[in-house]
Order: sequence, then C-alpha cells, then structure tokens
Amino acid sequence: MSITFVESRQESTAPATLRRPLVVAVAGNPNAGKTTLFNALTGLKQKVANYPGVTVESKTGRWSLAPELAPAQLIDLPGLYSLNATSVDEEIARDILVGSASTPLKPDAIIVAVDATNLARNLYLAIQLIETKRPVVLALTMFDVAERGHIKIDAVKLSSALGVPVIPFVAKERRGAHELAQAVLTIVAEQDCGAVNIETPLDARSRESRLIQRYALIERVVSEVVEVGDTPNRTISERIDRIVIHRVFGPLLLLLVMALVFQTIFSWANLPMNLIDRVFGMLSAAVRTHLPPGILTDLVTDGAIAGVGSVLVFVPQIFLLFLFISLLEDSGYMARAAFLMDRLMRCFGLPGKSFMPLLSGFACAVPGIMATRTIENPKDRLATILITPFMSCSARLPIYSLMIATLFSGRKVFGFISTGVLVILVMYLLGIVVALLVAAILNRTLLKAPKSTFVMELPPYRVPILRNVAQAITVSVGSFVKRAGTVILAVSILLWALAAFPRTSGESAVNTPATLSTEVDPHERSAQIRNSYAGRMGRLIEPAIAPLGFDWRIGIGLITSFAARETIVSTLGIVYNVDSESNGQSASLINALLHARRDDGSPIWTPLVGLSFMVFFLLACQCMSTIAVVRRETNSFRWPLFMFFYMLAIAYAGSLITYHGGRLLGFS
Amino acid sequence: MTLDSIPKKADARVVAIDTLGNGRLRLMEMGIVPGAVVRVVNSAPFGDPLHIFVKNYHLALRREDARSVYVTLCDKRGALSQPPE
Repeated sequence: MSITFVESRQESTAPATLRRPLVVAVAGNPNAGKTTLFNALTGLKQKVANYPGVTVESKTGRWSLAPELAPAQLIDLPGLYSLNATSVDEEIARDILVGSASTPLKPDAIIVAVDATNLARNLYLAIQLIETKRPVVLALTMFDVAERGHIKIDAVKLSSALGVPVIPFVAKERRGAHELAQAVLTIVAEQDCGAVNIETPLDARSRESRLIQRYALIERVVSEVVEVGDTPNRTISERIDRIVIHRVFGPLLLLLVMALVFQTIFSWANLPMNLIDRVFGMLSAAVRTHLPPGILTDLVTDGAIAGVGSVLVFVPQIFLLFLFISLLEDSGYMARAAFLMDRLMRCFGLPGKSFMPLLSGFACAVPGIMATRTIENPKDRLATILITPFMSCSARLPIYSLMIATLFSGRKVFGFISTGVLVILVMYLLGIVVALLVAAILNRTLLKAPKSTFVMELPPYRVPILRNVAQAITVSVGSFVKRAGTVILAVSILLWALAAFPRTSGESAVNTPATLSTEVDPHERSAQIRNSYAGRMGRLIEPAIAPLGFDWRIGIGLITSFAARETIVSTLGIVYNVDSESNGQSASLINALLHARRDDGSPIWTPLVGLSFMVFFLLACQCMSTIAVVRRETNSFRWPLFMFFYMLAIAYAGSLITYHGGRLLGFS
Repeated sequence: MTLDSIPKKADARVVAIDTLGNGRLRLMEMGIVPGAVVRVVNSAPFGDPLHIFVKNYHLALRREDARSVYVTLCDKRGALSQPPE
C-alpha cells in the first residue's frame, strides 16, 4: 500500500527560542501502542519515578529530536479514553495534558498515539485534545498491522481534516521517528509557548452536544481517510473470542490459566526463593566466622543480612507474577478474564479484575497487592488490597504443618480422611470466606460508592512485545525492593533489637572459639529471648491472649512474628529451648510442644489450642512486607494501619470463637 | 426496547440513554451515543456482562447499565426496521 509520509523535512526548523530542552507528553487510549512508541523514541534512556504525591508511576525518557538540540524530555502518560477522568491515573494524565495548575509538568507538545487499526475508537481522545488548542501531533501506531490487515489510511487527508500533523509510525523499524521529531519541532515553533487554552467548564447539555459532534466528525473523517479491505486482524480476534469468552470453554480456559499462574508462583518460585534464603544464610554464617562475636556481629547478621534477605526472597514471586500479568495484559486476555469473572466477583462488591490479586494472594499477598494496580476504580482497588492478605499464603504453611504434625498426625475423620488435610482445607476456605465477607461489608460501609457505570473495552488480541513485558517486570521488582524494602529492613532491625536487648549473657559468647560461634548454646539463646524486651512483652500481653488458649511463650512468638508470621516456628524453637528447622517438621520441637505444661500441669498444646493458633495466624496481618507494600500502594499510613488493626481484631475474634466454641462443644 | 433485551447478533440503533451524570458521559464517550449502531455479540457465563460491538470495536457492558440504553432494531446497514418507540 502507499504510505504517505509527511514530506516536511525542513531540516532547520529548530527555532532560536529552543534553548531549554522540550517537554513532550505521549498520550493515548489504553492498548494504543503508547509504551511501544515511547520505547522506540527513547531507547534505553528512561527513568521511572512517581508523580508527586501519588503512587502512579511516571516514565520519562530522553528523546533526541535533532542532533543540534538538547534531547527532549518525553513523558509516557497513563492510558485514557477521554479527558473526563474516572481514575487517579486518568486524572494525572488529564492534568498534565490540559496544563492544569496542579501539576509541575507542562508539556510543550503532545504526541497522541492513535491505533491505526482502531481509528474510530482512538480518534475521540485525539479530537478532544485538538480542541484544547494545545500543540498536538498524531502518531498512527501499529501502522504495519493496519497495512497487513488491508486497512489503508491516508495520513495526509487525515492531517488536513483534523488540522494537525499525522505521522504513520512503525515501532519495530522506527519508521516515522524522524518525521515525528520534525513535526514536534515545527508545531512548537509555531505555537506561542505560553498560551494554554484550558477548556472552559461546560454544562451537561453543551458537553453532550460537543461529544456528539466529535463522533460525527470521527465518522466523517474515518469514512474519508480509511479504506477497509477485508480485515483479517479483526476477524482473527473475533474468532479467538468465540472460544476465549465462550460460556463453557471460556471459564475452563480461565481455570487453566489460573492454575498455571498459581502453580508457578506457589511452587516454581520456591527454587529461587530457597536459593536466596540459603545464600543469605551462608552470608550470615560467613560474617560470623570472620567478625568477632558480639552485639555488632549479631546486628549485621540477624538484623541487616536477615532483613535484606527477607526483602529479596519475594523477588522471584513478584517477578513471575508480573511476567504473567504483563503477558495477560498486553495480549488482551486480562480484559476477557475480567469480563468472565465480573458477575461472580460482583456478588461481593468486587470487580472482575480483583480475582487475579486474590489468586496470587494464595502464594504471597505482596505481589497480589501490587497486582491491584490494574483495577481502575480506586475504591474497588482499595477493597481488594484490604482483603488480599486473608488468602492463606505460603508463609502460613510451616505453621499449619507444625500444628498438624504435633497435634493431628495419624488421626482420621470418618476413618479415611486425614484430619491434617481437612484442617488445611478448612483454613484455606475460612480465609476465602472471611475475605469475601469483609469485602461485602466494606462495600456497604467504608468504601461505599455511588453505583458506577462499567464499560470496558475488549481490545484486539496482540502478541505481547517482549521488551514492554521485561520493562513492566523491572519496574515492579524495582519499586518493591526500593520502597517496600527500606521499611522491611528497618522493622527487621527493630525486631531483632527487641529480642536481643537487654543482654543476658553477652559476655559468655566471647569465650566461644570463632569457628563454633554460629552454634550458640540453645539454652543461652532461650534465656536471652525470655528476658528480652520481646519476652517481657510476651508476658505483658498474656492476660489478653489467655482467652484464646495462648500462654506467654506463644505471646513472645506473636510479637517476634509480627514481621513475618513464619518466624513463629523458629521463635518457638528458641523459647522451648530446642534446635528447630524452619519447615515445621522438627521432631524435637514437636516433642517439646507436646510436653509443655501450664502451671497447673495441664498440657498447653491441645488440638483446640492448635486450631485457635492456626486461625489466629490465618487471619492476623503478621507480615511487615504486606504492610510496607500497602503503605506504598495506597500512599498513606492510614490504610496499612487500618488493615493491621482490623485484621488483628478479626483474628482475635476468630481465635476466641474457635477456642471457646470448641470448649462448649466439648473439645479440648 | 433497551439494549439488554434485544436478541443476540441483531443490529440496533441507539435512540436515547436514560441515565444521568458521569455514567451517561462514560457510556457516550465509549461510543454508545444516540444514532450509533450496536450489536450484542454474546454475554458472559452468568448472563452478565454483555459483550457488545459498536463502531467496529468491542466493549463489555453490565446488564444494569445496558438497561438504560434505549434502542430500536435495524438491519445491517443501519436502516430502521421498526419505527422508533
């Protein structure tokens, strides 16, 4: 087909006024190829930061417009369908585009990415932007896909119909990059930089007649400039949809996809996670052999190294989950999945898209909460964030397995079902039920919102671009390590200090030969933790936790496992003065638990106490990584605090009901 | 009749939208404007949301929102096959 590139290669369009680097924003509909365009123009010269005051990430890059000029600063804005913003992302994009006073970013020019294969949908935003009289250049993205689909677009005609430059763009070959640069320079030179025409607020009626005029214009323009042959791209998408959103095959396929995602983050991520765990263990041991034993060495090994390790151990799961999410998102499947799940999730006041975060929550709440970013409505997103930690994550497993091995092993229900399996199943179901109930309650109270209209585009299917996927993963992992990581590290050190001070026997360790210093006497460790601040706090909270069937030793565990629930197993090992392994299967620990007695001589760990204990650990938010990531994702301290305390209240109530309900029923 | 009640695969023309405020604007900005030809392609497993085709692209729309979109059936080329209500 004949592509008519804009033939305006006036090489010396750079005006003398262009002393400072230009700021250029890239806008466009979601799925319009904005990110691909951005990447093609900036190459690797990119930087990700947050917009001031919000958690929305802004991606900026340097784009060299002409060799003699300083490179322009290119901003990749969140996708939006119109300037009538409905989400935080869209609001930010709109504010920057219309040059609102609330944003420091004032672009000199706007490139609108317009999907050449979906002109009728994409031109709406473009026309709205042109109406604001801001300097706008249209980039017809996916021009090659349109060509292959026998969609002929006359760019020159389109340009004269809209009154702005229109540049066909093919990211793979950077076709149109030079023309785009020239068009931007020309339009900036023509525009008086100070003049910004902000749309005067209109009443509903005139806003609507504007809207209808825009669609009339689109219809006219499209019929003039687009020549459609048969459109295989469209029909391929439609054929895929016949299966993917089929009433029977659709849910089956979705189940398969979810099983794959779950399997991956639940079990395949284990290998690298264990590796990271072991590397940090070795590092810590190496430090111990090379530094003299003492408080400083303990701080470095038990505080800092363990803290950094507990941050990095999440990286494999976040990496894998975001690999899937960006593949599903970029291919167009995510919208279909949300379409299929919408009705079911809506029973609990949640949108279809929240199934993905909740599913990942079974592996780990941290990547799950990060995955809520795909939910547009802020209240829906917040509700999903607040319930995701109820999903029984992999860190609860060591606790279940310790309890089952200690209290339920060898027992059978109805003679053939293993009690242990049943108990774990009940825990998973309880987590789901509580999460959905809380969602339904939040939806009617705290997060009550006026009924909002749900319109979602089902974009054409596309093969995901590897580079965009890699970039999305890098951004997620990076922001987790940088922002959540610092909080996790700080809390790790604080908790280490609570268990390490005041010192009971710091001096005796000096005499230990350096090679053996990793093997601290278990008895000494036990005495240390019992007398530490954490130990004193354990005793202090004993009256509060006694109704749950817990004693002060469990209290110590509750305090030290605030940071990461699975550390309860090793804490119990220390408190009960035995060597324990973190997998909860240590024979000596099981034995110690079974023989632990209260002051009156009755056993502490009965099956009922075990159940109460598991319910508490299922429902309480004992995970500082979750809290840190909620702090980062909601950009507030209020919500993570709210989450911690409401989950604690529910955990307490759940435990109390389990313990006393069980006793009333005659169990012990 | 309203968009949630038309037969599948039948073309219909939007006559009016009976809702106010931001929801109305949102529907219209996504292309569901008076005069537009829409078709219900299918519905999700529990009969909701609807999968609709408008202006050569695909949208998902909940039944309760579709209920506020008044349409009349028309043939493929958009001519009315029954007088507007």
